Amino acid sequence: MASGNRPLSPHVQVYRPQITSVLSILHRATGVFLTIGTLFLTWWLVSGLYGPEAFDTAQGFLGSWFGHLMLWGFTFSLFYHLGNGVRHLLWDFGWGFELPQLRQSGMVMVGFAVVLTLITLISAYASAGG
Amino acid sequence: MEMRSSLGRARGLGTANEGVHHWWAQKVTAIALVPLCIWFVFAVISLMGADLDTFEAWISVFGNALLMILLVLVLFYHAYIGMQVVIEDYLQGAARTAVMIATKFALFTLGVSCVIAVLWLGAWG
Repeated sequence: MASGNRPLSPHVQVYRPQITSVLSILHRATGVFLTIGTLFLTWWLVSGLYGPEAFDTAQGFLGSWFGHLMLWGFTFSLFYHLGNGVRHLLWDFGWGFELPQLRQSGMVMVGFAVVLTLITLISAYASAGG
Repeated sequence: MEMRSSLGRARGLGTANEGVHHWWAQKVTAIALVPLCIWFVFAVISLMGADLDTFEAWISVFGNALLMILLVLVLFYHAYIGMQVVIEDYLQGAARTAVMIATKFALFTLGVSCVIAVLWLGAWG
Protein backbone atom coordinates (compact mmCIF):
# COMPACT_ATOMS: atom_id res chain seq x y z
CA MET A 1 0.00 0.00 0.00
CA ALA A 2 1.33 3.46 -0.91
CA SER A 3 2.02 5.46 2.25
CA GLY A 4 4.15 8.34 0.94
CA ASN A 5 3.39 11.68 2.55
CA ARG A 6 0.06 10.97 4.14
CA PRO A 7 -0.49 12.75 7.45
CA LEU A 8 0.27 10.75 10.58
CA SER A 9 -2.64 10.07 12.84
CA PRO A 10 -2.70 11.78 16.26
CA HIS A 11 -2.04 15.52 16.02
CA VAL A 12 -1.55 15.79 19.75
CA GLN A 13 -0.06 19.29 19.67
CA VAL A 14 -3.03 21.08 18.03
CA TYR A 15 -5.45 20.25 20.86
CA ARG A 16 -5.79 21.94 24.24
CA PRO A 17 -4.92 19.25 26.82
CA GLN A 18 -7.98 17.80 28.56
CA ILE A 19 -8.29 15.02 31.11
CA THR A 20 -9.48 12.59 28.43
CA SER A 21 -6.60 13.27 26.04
CA VAL A 22 -3.93 13.50 28.74
CA LEU A 23 -4.97 10.18 30.30
CA SER A 24 -5.06 8.64 26.83
CA ILE A 25 -1.55 9.71 25.82
CA LEU A 26 -0.28 8.62 29.25
CA HIS A 27 -1.63 5.14 28.49
CA ARG A 28 0.68 5.05 25.47
CA ALA A 29 3.61 6.59 27.32
CA THR A 30 3.34 4.09 30.18
CA GLY A 31 2.99 1.25 27.66
CA VAL A 32 6.18 2.24 25.85
CA PHE A 33 7.97 2.81 29.18
CA LEU A 34 6.91 -0.66 30.41
CA THR A 35 8.15 -2.16 27.14
CA ILE A 36 11.54 -0.60 27.88
CA GLY A 37 11.19 -2.17 31.33
CA THR A 38 11.21 -5.64 29.76
CA LEU A 39 14.94 -5.05 29.15
CA PHE A 40 15.46 -5.03 32.92
CA LEU A 41 13.14 -8.01 33.46
CA THR A 42 15.21 -9.95 30.92
CA TRP A 43 18.51 -8.80 32.46
CA TRP A 44 17.31 -9.88 35.91
CA LEU A 45 16.19 -13.36 34.74
CA VAL A 46 19.12 -14.05 32.39
CA SER A 47 21.82 -12.80 34.79
CA GLY A 48 21.18 -15.94 36.88
CA LEU A 49 22.52 -18.04 34.00
CA TYR A 50 25.87 -16.25 34.31
CA GLY A 51 26.35 -17.17 37.97
CA PRO A 52 25.85 -15.66 41.43
CA GLU A 53 28.10 -12.61 40.81
CA ALA A 54 26.18 -11.59 37.68
CA PHE A 55 22.87 -12.10 39.52
CA ASP A 56 24.10 -10.01 42.45
CA THR A 57 25.17 -7.28 40.00
CA ALA A 58 21.66 -7.18 38.52
CA GLN A 59 20.03 -7.26 41.97
CA GLY A 60 22.52 -4.61 43.14
CA PHE A 61 21.65 -2.29 40.26
CA LEU A 62 17.92 -2.70 40.91
CA GLY A 63 18.65 -2.07 44.62
CA SER A 64 20.59 1.17 43.94
CA TRP A 65 18.92 4.58 44.25
CA PHE A 66 18.60 4.80 40.47
CA GLY A 67 17.22 1.25 40.32
CA HIS A 68 14.66 2.14 43.00
CA LEU A 69 13.65 5.31 41.15
CA MET A 70 13.18 3.25 37.99
CA LEU A 71 11.18 0.58 39.83
CA TRP A 72 8.89 3.25 41.33
CA GLY A 73 8.30 4.49 37.79
CA PHE A 74 7.62 0.99 36.50
CA THR A 75 5.29 0.27 39.44
CA PHE A 76 3.21 3.39 38.81
CA SER A 77 3.23 2.79 35.04
CA LEU A 78 2.10 -0.80 35.56
CA PHE A 79 -0.84 0.15 37.77
CA TYR A 80 -1.75 3.09 35.54
CA HIS A 81 -1.65 0.99 32.37
CA LEU A 82 -3.55 -1.81 34.14
CA GLY A 83 -6.22 0.54 35.48
CA ASN A 84 -6.65 2.37 32.21
CA GLY A 85 -6.59 -0.97 30.35
CA VAL A 86 -9.58 -2.11 32.41
CA ARG A 87 -11.22 1.24 31.52
CA HIS A 88 -10.65 0.40 27.85
CA LEU A 89 -12.18 -3.05 28.37
CA LEU A 90 -15.28 -1.43 29.95
CA TRP A 91 -15.57 0.89 26.93
CA ASP A 92 -15.41 -2.19 24.71
CA PHE A 93 -18.57 -3.38 26.47
CA GLY A 94 -20.13 0.00 25.67
CA TRP A 95 -19.95 1.35 29.23
CA GLY A 96 -19.01 4.88 30.27
CA PHE A 97 -18.80 6.96 27.09
CA GLU A 98 -20.54 10.07 28.48
CA LEU A 99 -18.17 12.94 29.35
CA PRO A 100 -19.03 13.04 33.09
CA GLN A 101 -18.46 9.27 33.28
CA LEU A 102 -15.17 9.60 31.37
CA ARG A 103 -13.91 12.22 33.85
CA GLN A 104 -15.12 10.18 36.81
CA SER A 105 -13.62 6.87 35.65
CA GLY A 106 -10.42 8.74 34.79
CA MET A 107 -10.10 10.19 38.29
CA VAL A 108 -10.95 6.83 39.89
CA MET A 109 -8.31 5.15 37.73
CA VAL A 110 -5.60 7.69 38.62
CA GLY A 111 -6.50 7.33 42.30
CA PHE A 112 -6.32 3.54 41.96
CA ALA A 113 -2.87 3.77 40.35
CA VAL A 114 -1.49 6.14 42.99
CA VAL A 115 -2.88 4.14 45.95
CA LEU A 116 -1.76 0.76 44.56
CA THR A 117 1.70 2.19 43.83
CA LEU A 118 2.01 3.44 47.42
CA ILE A 119 0.77 0.13 48.87
CA THR A 120 3.25 -1.78 46.69
CA LEU A 121 6.18 0.45 47.63
CA ILE A 122 5.33 0.28 51.35
CA SER A 123 4.99 -3.54 51.19
CA ALA A 124 8.25 -3.83 49.26
CA TYR A 125 10.23 -1.71 51.72
CA ALA A 126 8.60 -3.42 54.70
CA SER A 127 9.38 -6.92 53.40
CA ALA A 128 12.95 -5.94 52.53
CA GLY A 129 13.40 -4.47 56.01
CA GLY A 130 13.65 -0.80 55.05
CA MET B 1 -20.59 -6.39 -14.99
CA GLU B 2 -19.30 -6.79 -11.46
CA MET B 3 -19.17 -10.49 -10.68
CA ARG B 4 -18.14 -10.23 -7.02
CA SER B 5 -20.50 -9.51 -4.18
CA SER B 6 -19.90 -6.58 -1.81
CA LEU B 7 -19.07 -9.03 0.98
CA GLY B 8 -16.57 -10.85 -1.23
CA ARG B 9 -14.76 -7.58 -2.01
CA ALA B 10 -14.66 -6.50 1.63
CA ARG B 11 -13.40 -9.82 3.00
CA GLY B 12 -9.69 -10.00 3.61
CA LEU B 13 -9.19 -6.24 3.32
CA GLY B 14 -8.20 -3.67 5.90
CA THR B 15 -9.69 -3.90 9.35
CA ALA B 16 -11.85 -6.82 8.25
CA ASN B 17 -8.65 -8.85 8.27
CA GLU B 18 -5.61 -8.15 10.44
CA GLY B 19 -7.09 -5.23 12.34
CA VAL B 20 -9.73 -7.29 14.07
CA HIS B 21 -7.23 -10.04 14.83
CA HIS B 22 -4.83 -7.56 16.46
CA TRP B 23 -7.65 -5.86 18.34
CA TRP B 24 -8.80 -9.19 19.79
CA ALA B 25 -5.25 -10.28 20.60
CA GLN B 26 -4.63 -6.98 22.42
CA LYS B 27 -7.82 -7.40 24.47
CA VAL B 28 -7.36 -11.08 25.32
CA THR B 29 -3.73 -10.56 26.37
CA ALA B 30 -4.84 -7.52 28.42
CA ILE B 31 -7.36 -9.65 30.34
CA ALA B 32 -4.75 -12.35 30.96
CA LEU B 33 -2.22 -9.76 32.14
CA VAL B 34 -4.46 -8.42 34.93
CA PRO B 35 -4.02 -11.44 37.27
CA LEU B 36 -0.51 -12.21 35.96
CA CYS B 37 0.77 -8.69 36.72
CA ILE B 38 -0.75 -8.71 40.20
CA TRP B 39 0.99 -12.05 40.86
CA PHE B 40 4.23 -10.62 39.42
CA VAL B 41 4.16 -7.62 41.78
CA PHE B 42 3.82 -9.97 44.79
CA ALA B 43 6.59 -12.17 43.39
CA VAL B 44 9.01 -9.26 42.92
CA ILE B 45 8.30 -7.96 46.44
CA SER B 46 9.04 -11.42 47.91
CA LEU B 47 12.29 -11.63 45.92
CA MET B 48 13.68 -8.17 46.74
CA GLY B 49 17.41 -8.47 47.39
CA ALA B 50 17.36 -12.30 47.12
CA ASP B 51 20.60 -14.10 46.22
CA LEU B 52 20.80 -16.60 43.34
CA ASP B 53 20.21 -19.69 45.54
CA THR B 54 16.99 -18.20 46.90
CA PHE B 55 15.87 -17.19 43.41
CA GLU B 56 16.63 -20.66 41.98
CA ALA B 57 14.72 -22.35 44.79
CA TRP B 58 11.77 -20.05 44.03
CA ILE B 59 11.81 -20.54 40.25
CA SER B 60 12.17 -24.35 40.70
CA VAL B 61 8.63 -24.43 42.09
CA PHE B 62 6.42 -25.53 39.19
CA GLY B 63 3.70 -22.93 39.79
CA ASN B 64 6.20 -20.06 39.89
CA ALA B 65 7.94 -21.19 36.69
CA LEU B 66 4.58 -21.70 34.97
CA LEU B 67 3.23 -18.28 35.92
CA MET B 68 6.53 -16.58 35.05
CA ILE B 69 6.58 -18.16 31.57
CA LEU B 70 2.90 -17.35 31.01
CA LEU B 71 3.56 -13.76 32.10
CA VAL B 72 6.56 -13.45 29.78
CA LEU B 73 4.76 -14.91 26.73
CA VAL B 74 1.60 -12.83 27.17
CA LEU B 75 3.51 -9.68 28.18
CA PHE B 76 5.85 -9.73 25.18
CA TYR B 77 2.99 -10.47 22.78
CA HIS B 78 0.96 -7.59 24.27
CA ALA B 79 3.99 -5.25 24.06
CA TYR B 80 4.64 -6.40 20.48
CA ILE B 81 1.14 -5.48 19.29
CA GLY B 82 1.11 -2.25 21.31
CA MET B 83 4.46 -1.07 19.98
CA GLN B 84 3.32 -1.88 16.44
CA VAL B 85 0.35 0.48 16.82
CA VAL B 86 2.54 3.25 18.27
CA ILE B 87 5.12 2.91 15.49
CA GLU B 88 2.39 2.91 12.81
CA ASP B 89 0.96 6.13 14.27
CA TYR B 90 4.15 8.17 14.55
CA LEU B 91 6.52 6.91 11.83
CA GLN B 92 6.21 6.37 8.12
CA GLY B 93 8.21 5.18 5.12
CA ALA B 94 11.59 3.52 5.57
CA ALA B 95 11.89 4.61 9.23
CA ARG B 96 8.61 2.89 10.05
CA THR B 97 9.72 -0.38 8.47
CA ALA B 98 13.18 -0.26 10.06
CA VAL B 99 11.96 0.58 13.57
CA MET B 100 9.14 -1.96 13.29
CA ILE B 101 11.50 -4.79 12.32
CA ALA B 102 14.08 -3.81 14.95
CA THR B 103 11.40 -3.64 17.67
CA LYS B 104 9.94 -7.01 16.72
CA PHE B 105 13.36 -8.68 16.60
CA ALA B 106 14.26 -7.17 19.98
CA LEU B 107 11.00 -8.16 21.71
CA PHE B 108 11.14 -11.70 20.30
CA THR B 109 14.75 -12.10 21.42
CA LEU B 110 14.03 -10.75 24.90
CA GLY B 111 10.98 -12.98 25.30
CA VAL B 112 12.79 -16.16 24.24
CA SER B 113 15.72 -15.22 26.52
CA CYS B 114 13.35 -14.94 29.50
CA VAL B 115 11.76 -18.32 28.78
CA ILE B 116 15.18 -20.00 28.45
CA ALA B 117 16.33 -18.39 31.71
CA VAL B 118 13.25 -19.58 33.63
CA LEU B 119 13.48 -23.15 32.28
CA TRP B 120 17.24 -23.35 32.79
CA LEU B 121 17.33 -21.93 36.32
CA GLY B 122 14.22 -23.84 37.33
CA ALA B 123 15.41 -27.22 36.06
CA TRP B 124 19.21 -27.11 36.45
CA GLY B 125 19.94 -24.10 38.64
